[in-house]
Amino acid sequence: MNMRTPLKNVRHLGSAKEGADHFWMQRVTAVANLFLGLFLVWLIASLVGADHAGVKAALSHPIIAVLLAMLIISATIHMRLGMQVIIEDYITGEGSKVVLLLLNNFFAILVGAASVWAILKLSFA
Amino acid sequence: MSEARTASGNRPLSPHLQIYRPLVNMTMSILHRITGAALYFGSLLLAWWLIAAAVGPDYFNYVNAIFASLPGKIVLFGFTWALLHHMMGGIRHFIWDTGRGFDIPTVKMLSIMSGVVSVAATLAIWGVVHFAG
Repeated sequence: MNMRTPLKNVRHLGSAKEGADHFWMQRVTAVANLFLGLFLVWLIASLVGADHAGVKAALSHPIIAVLLAMLIISATIHMRLGMQVIIEDYITGEGSKVVLLLLNNFFAILVGAASVWAILKLSFA
Repeated sequence: MSEARTASGNRPLSPHLQIYRPLVNMTMSILHRITGAALYFGSLLLAWWLIAAAVGPDYFNYVNAIFASLPGKIVLFGFTWALLHHMMGGIRHFIWDTGRGFDIPTVKMLSIMSGVVSVAATLAIWGVVHFAG
């Protein structure tokens, strides 16, 4: 008797054994980015013309710092997944594809880590 | 030209972009990908600005002056539009994800709307910032 649920059967399918994870993560981060992106537009617009002390005060506010860090994490995951698809669509050579996919991961993580470092420094230093 | 390196060698390729007359839904779809790629590299600008704020007043003023220059403003204006256009494209995809809006008139209407709304919202945001500040 097969005790597996339909979900269990779908999981880990596909050539990368990821099932629908890529698609789903792209959508989850897209929903987050929609709201956090509008927050970013508002934040930047409200800081136009502000001096360093004003910007530092705003960015070190707990709510703004946490929302900004969430945007950075969600956006870098989203853009990593999106660029992965672009690379897979257009780069046919296996070697250059692997290299670019690696660089894509490194770039997204670097942008995310550097931005989060800046937010933490503004909050705690 | 592109070379399909497959087991069977010289396979025929399906017609690509240059074959088709540009349609509004196709244009918006292509722009969705282009704005996505632009935002990918645009994330460096946000990171740069945050790092500048974290480093200190002198470096922050230097970076802010670059963003406030005319080329800087043009880039930021493009960034704003790319972000909003990619957002509108994302909302279209959310609608399609529910299985709705696949008939041609709706697809066309959604495509035109995403273009119009992204341009209008970009102008509105820059207008508000310009006249409020």
